Amino acid sequence: MAESYAAEHEASHPALQHHFENMEQQREAGTLGMWVFLVTEIMFFGGMFLAYTLYRSKYPEAFAVASNHLDIKLGAVNTAVLILSSLTMAMAVFSTQLGRLKAQIIYLILTIILGLVFLGIKAVEYHEKYVDHLIPGTLIPGNPFNPHLELPAGVSMRHVEMFYWIYFAMTGMHAVHMIIGIGLLSVLLYFSAKGRYSPEYHSPIEVSGLYWHFVDIVWIFLFPLLYLLGRHLGGHAG
Amino acid sequence: METFVPPVPSRINYLNAQYGLKSWLLTKDHKRIALLYLGSISFFFLVGGLYAMFIRLELLTPQADLLQSTTYNKVFTQHGIIMVFFFLIPSIPATLGNFLVPMMIGAKDLAFPRINLLSWYIYLLGGIVTIYALLAGGVDTGWTFYTPFSTTFSNSYVVATGLGIFINGFSSILTGLNFIVTIHTMRAPGMTWFRLPLFIWAHYATSLIMILGTPVIAITVLLLAFERLAHIGIFDPAAGGDPVLFQHLFWFYSHPAVYIMVLPGMGVISELIANFSRKNIFGYSFVAFSSLAIAVFGFLVWGHHLFVAGQSLYAGMIFSFLSFAVSIPSAIKVFNWTATLYKGSISYDTPMLYALGFIGLFTIGGMTGLFLAALATDVHLSDTYFVVAHFHYIMVGGTLLAYLGGLHYWWPKITGRMYPEGWGRFSALIVFVGFNLTFLPQFLLGYMGMPRRYHVYPAEFQVLHVLSTAGASILGVGLLIPLFYLIWSMRYGKIAESNPWHLPGLEWRTQSPPPTENFEYTPIVTWEAYEFAPPEETRVVGKFREEAVEKF
Repeated sequence: MAESYAAEHEASHPALQHHFENMEQQREAGTLGMWVFLVTEIMFFGGMFLAYTLYRSKYPEAFAVASNHLDIKLGAVNTAVLILSSLTMAMAVFSTQLGRLKAQIIYLILTIILGLVFLGIKAVEYHEKYVDHLIPGTLIPGNPFNPHLELPAGVSMRHVEMFYWIYFAMTGMHAVHMIIGIGLLSVLLYFSAKGRYSPEYHSPIEVSGLYWHFVDIVWIFLFPLLYLLGRHLGGHAG
Repeated sequence: METFVPPVPSRINYLNAQYGLKSWLLTKDHKRIALLYLGSISFFFLVGGLYAMFIRLELLTPQADLLQSTTYNKVFTQHGIIMVFFFLIPSIPATLGNFLVPMMIGAKDLAFPRINLLSWYIYLLGGIVTIYALLAGGVDTGWTFYTPFSTTFSNSYVVATGLGIFINGFSSILTGLNFIVTIHTMRAPGMTWFRLPLFIWAHYATSLIMILGTPVIAITVLLLAFERLAHIGIFDPAAGGDPVLFQHLFWFYSHPAVYIMVLPGMGVISELIANFSRKNIFGYSFVAFSSLAIAVFGFLVWGHHLFVAGQSLYAGMIFSFLSFAVSIPSAIKVFNWTATLYKGSISYDTPMLYALGFIGLFTIGGMTGLFLAALATDVHLSDTYFVVAHFHYIMVGGTLLAYLGGLHYWWPKITGRMYPEGWGRFSALIVFVGFNLTFLPQFLLGYMGMPRRYHVYPAEFQVLHVLSTAGASILGVGLLIPLFYLIWSMRYGKIAESNPWHLPGLEWRTQSPPPTENFEYTPIVTWEAYEFAPPEETRVVGKFREEAVEKF
């Protein structure tokens, strides 16, 4: 006869929720849950990647022109910032597993700062686009899409606009995910300052790390697709 | 002399463990959340049914007398949106699935009880936004939201409705996520994958579709809203966009969504057929894997909605072939259910009547689907009442019947009371007759050329339309009767034993209604699914049950 539920839960870790048998099961469920969630995220971004693929193959010249107008230096710096933040995130998980509380807090703070730097640079880029009237449609009232770009023959301004909605939709959705990630890490930081996470109980940090790395990976795809591809083709605008 | 008689302790169960509104609205118990869902989807079902009533009343006569064109467009659109997104998709998973997935695998709850509650609130929020859109003026694009009508020309509340569907999608994603993690990590000792009831396999396959498909409709609706609000040419051909891209993205979710609706229904039917035949299911692993096959194939057939939308002929041929292929796992299920019935000791209780009805109607729905999957016949039948009849045979004849059958079957477990069996059988028959009378004439109408979404039609179609409306009235009565007697039985029904049907499943091995943590002890599973005692023993089930209790 199995032990009764009450007996099973005696002397277990305080973070163990009532419906799990043990910490191992709880950790496994949390990790799998995050992986499944990341699958849904891939499908969510997938719709936009499909639209990108379709329209890029339909209007290659217009996309090359528009892509050339993005600031490759800021984009590259941001890529480096994000990759670095993934390293600090991994270090935060690592130090939690080893029980190094101070390092854990420092790495979490560093990750948050790097995330904020990324968003700051992104904001500068968005502002440049705003000044150049590159925001598609009537997204910003009173500032319609009306850039001063020299277009090669046969390239329509509406197709350039097409590139920009894809750019704003994808990077905008990515930025939303960054903001959520920073919120998540801030909550973790609060609890980790209270000493909640230990080598026995570190799955919230691990699982949030998975999310952070995923958002990073999305950017790793966005950067070449939006900034780099076809750069040598569209020398007309810059 | 006075003797002290100790009060008999009333059995504590999940319903009477706590009282008060707060104990319901903040509950993390999957069984209570299932009941919250049950109440809210019933509400949306009534709203959707009301719209259906207006459609059928208008179609009584060839002229427009009850509704004008614009109103009629809104009525059928809203009927579709409410029924698909707010009733059919959550129907079985969010109520029966929520209640039973943990119980059937011997767990105390779903893996993420708070996320489970959150999913109900998200559903509610999506529902409120949608209801707001309907009250503010409604939407007239059809539930398919085809561009450029929805983005450029429609003067109705497209964005608000889209927002409601967008929000609601996350409740579906969270439910699917919760089921997958629960089934992977929370099974009781001894509950191996191939001892899982087929209901669980069906829900696992459904959850896969939920997590893979729903995010795509979310981003699609989001882009639609951007285009409509900011005049960005995403799907607008005038701006270089592609309206067929919208159809591809829409159906990439919305075709598999049909399997979100019918797969859990198939899970229910597998339970009912095996248990009411008192036999192990014929070909357990075939039925289990056919659920997964349907989930996988279901993602590869969306193009059959685009046969007449200017899709390339070669794409059409491949999608046609794949659509025929998806009928194979569906047919495997039907054949295995039928083989299970063979030489079974069948009892015709209400749930079994619904299950037998399901097999017949689902077969008709599936077979007529082949007409639509064939390229040549689809050109003739596309966008006619043949399509309407076909998918109602799957969604109503399939999902709704399975839902009602399952609801009756587990009613004693859920409420601790029996429903009135006579009324149950009576209304099951009424539903079956009414349903066929409603939708059989629509196959003929569609074949003769009656297009869907029109409310004015040539006079020679009237006889069939009148038959259909008469059938809908009978169906409506058949669906209202259970509403009344089920509510009545919650208070006045016969008290149910823990195992009123005498079955081996885990959910029947705990009291009715179950305690908050489902079982008193962690169950240890030593038996296969549907393990009935050999037929040569008389009183098989009772004897088996005692043995099982001893083993337990």
